[in-house]
Amino acid sequence: MVFLFYLLSAIMIICALLVVFSKSPINNVIYLIVCFLAMAGHYILLNAQFLAVVHVIVYTGAIMVLFLFVIMLLNLNKAIILRKSTVTRVSAVITGGIFFLVLLAATRQTFEIHAKYPFASDFGLVSGIGKVLFNEFLLPFEMSSILFISAMVGALMFGKKDV
Amino acid sequence: MQNLTNRSKMVSDKKMTFLEWIYIPAIIKGMSITIRHFFGKKTTINYPEEKREFSKVYRGQHVLKRDDEGRERCTACGLCAVACPAEAITMRAAERKPGEEHLYREEKYAAVYEINMLRCIYCGDCEDACPKEAIFLTDRIVASQYERKPFVYGKDILVEPLDLNLRIDISARQTEAVHQFKSVKRYAHNK
Amino acid sequence: MDWTELIFKTIFLIIIFTVTLIVAMYSTYGERKVAAFMQDRRGPNRAGPFGLLQPLADGLKMFMKEEIIPLTANKKLFIIGPSIAMTTALLTGVVIPWGGSVTIGGRIFSLQVADLNIGILYVFAMVSIGVYGIMIGGWASNNKYALLGAIRAASQMISYELAMGMSIIALVLTTGSLSLHEIVSQQHGMHWNIFYQPLGFFIFLICAFAETNRAPFDLPECETELIGGYHTEYSSMKLGFYLFAEYINMFISSAVIATLYFGGYNMPFIDQLGLSMNTATFIGTFFFFLKIFSMIFLFMWIRWTLPRFRYDQLMNMGWKGLIPLAMFNILATGIYYFFTELK
Repeated sequence: MVFLFYLLSAIMIICALLVVFSKSPINNVIYLIVCFLAMAGHYILLNAQFLAVVHVIVYTGAIMVLFLFVIMLLNLNKAIILRKSTVTRVSAVITGGIFFLVLLAATRQTFEIHAKYPFASDFGLVSGIGKVLFNEFLLPFEMSSILFISAMVGALMFGKKDV
Repeated sequence: MQNLTNRSKMVSDKKMTFLEWIYIPAIIKGMSITIRHFFGKKTTINYPEEKREFSKVYRGQHVLKRDDEGRERCTACGLCAVACPAEAITMRAAERKPGEEHLYREEKYAAVYEINMLRCIYCGDCEDACPKEAIFLTDRIVASQYERKPFVYGKDILVEPLDLNLRIDISARQTEAVHQFKSVKRYAHNK
Repeated sequence: MDWTELIFKTIFLIIIFTVTLIVAMYSTYGERKVAAFMQDRRGPNRAGPFGLLQPLADGLKMFMKEEIIPLTANKKLFIIGPSIAMTTALLTGVVIPWGGSVTIGGRIFSLQVADLNIGILYVFAMVSIGVYGIMIGGWASNNKYALLGAIRAASQMISYELAMGMSIIALVLTTGSLSLHEIVSQQHGMHWNIFYQPLGFFIFLICAFAETNRAPFDLPECETELIGGYHTEYSSMKLGFYLFAEYINMFISSAVIATLYFGGYNMPFIDQLGLSMNTATFIGTFFFFLKIFSMIFLFMWIRWTLPRFRYDQLMNMGWKGLIPLAMFNILATGIYYFFTELK
């Protein structure tokens, strides 16, 4: 189990780095897919089978397919890298650094949360998630679905010229 | 314009009814047709084991006939080569030497007679053109080969065997009309 | 999990893979025979009695052919494409319950490799990964037709996955479980789900056709428009893998349909016969395969009857026809259970 954890983590980190450093857009997407699959493996290690499978279906099976779809259509085979000005580079570094700090802070927070909620092996299963989702987090769940609907309608509005 | 058959249908652009729109009745209809054919009679003929019955006047591989005494009828006049629309026939004539009377009927004979079976269209014009009743098309099928060269048939394949029992039967192709036509033609040539 | 269990599962897994491959092999033979019979022909009948050795001859031919990788293709992805297609196709078989339980040496073994409590979703996830095989292969070929095929495959699969998922949701509402084993045991004694979910079955069937890329949904590879679609540039066994994956997918989706809607390995009146457990399991598995084969026959029957969809018809049917229908199905099922189970 521990070995699997380290293996999956190594795959994830390497792939995540390759996503950033690889030049070809198609390769980027494929590394991201592998990264997501490794993440699903982590969920399974936590006995969260439902989360793992939904993660595979939604992220790997739908969203990344659309990503790949768009990149194939754009035909970005040869990486078109525009020369970036110094200002852009500096601002990118600053933004990235700040985001990294936020992530770090969030990760630090989890240590406290972890102590408060001990690991329950049946949490990731269908019934556990369903109970939490439809009792405790019902309002955010429904709100996010409304958000998705509005996003879809908005995309349609942009897509169609005369509505 | 008058219709040739009553099976033609006018194409219309009318709106589909609900039943047509959901397609399912049409799909079921189509599937019932295919399943009927599934259990129906198969039209394939398993070739080497079963053979299709030929028409009586089928035109297949040629034969160069001999006469009753076993002499080759062909006199290498070249009328068949002239008549051939595909230019498949070539020949080289030679003079009959003394003592060869039992081999060749006329004083001139074909030393080389070749038909390119890849060019031949099996029209039977050579048969019509022949004044000596030497070349005929038979109901034999030209065998397939792996190369092009063996398709040029020489006299070794075309001339029928000497043995009376092994002679190629061509009587099936000689219908009444052919007999009549030939008799007139022979009369015209052999006076 | 102890050692005997582990050994049994390993052997069983190998058996499943072998059976899957053999069934896929003979599906190619069956397809040719069915096609021939429907067109008043005889089909392959030269290799062996009734042409039964034809799949072997075809396989041998596939292996012997020259292996061509186009110069401008992306070599790594070109090889990865068919491998993904084959792997995902084979992986789906592990969650399907192929039979009841057997007793070997006083121990009870279940004829299912892994009884995941999210079995249906696992099948679904594998199907959704399977599209990468086609997409990556099509893109890596560096060929217009292959790319068009890949794009068609992706859009078709995503569109029909939605309707398929929704028809499964309605099914889950009736069964109350995502585990395939659980779903099958609920259907014991002719309580087949097709009687409770006819509309859902209909939608699922259409989507299964679309997901396996078979006629009338074979737009990704339509020969007349795209030459060969995503596998235009493929040759030798890599092409064989793609074709094989299609037949494996057909076999697995037939198995899934039989499991979800036709009671899996359940056979009517099996209890009345009073057989021992092993015999009952054996007959049940036999019956299950009978169901699968009739499903495969349906797949072929439809392929050789219906012409291919046009692309806009495909999209219209998926988004404007099947998805609203599936939503209505969920709603109707929900309302029914709300009022009947409230008491």
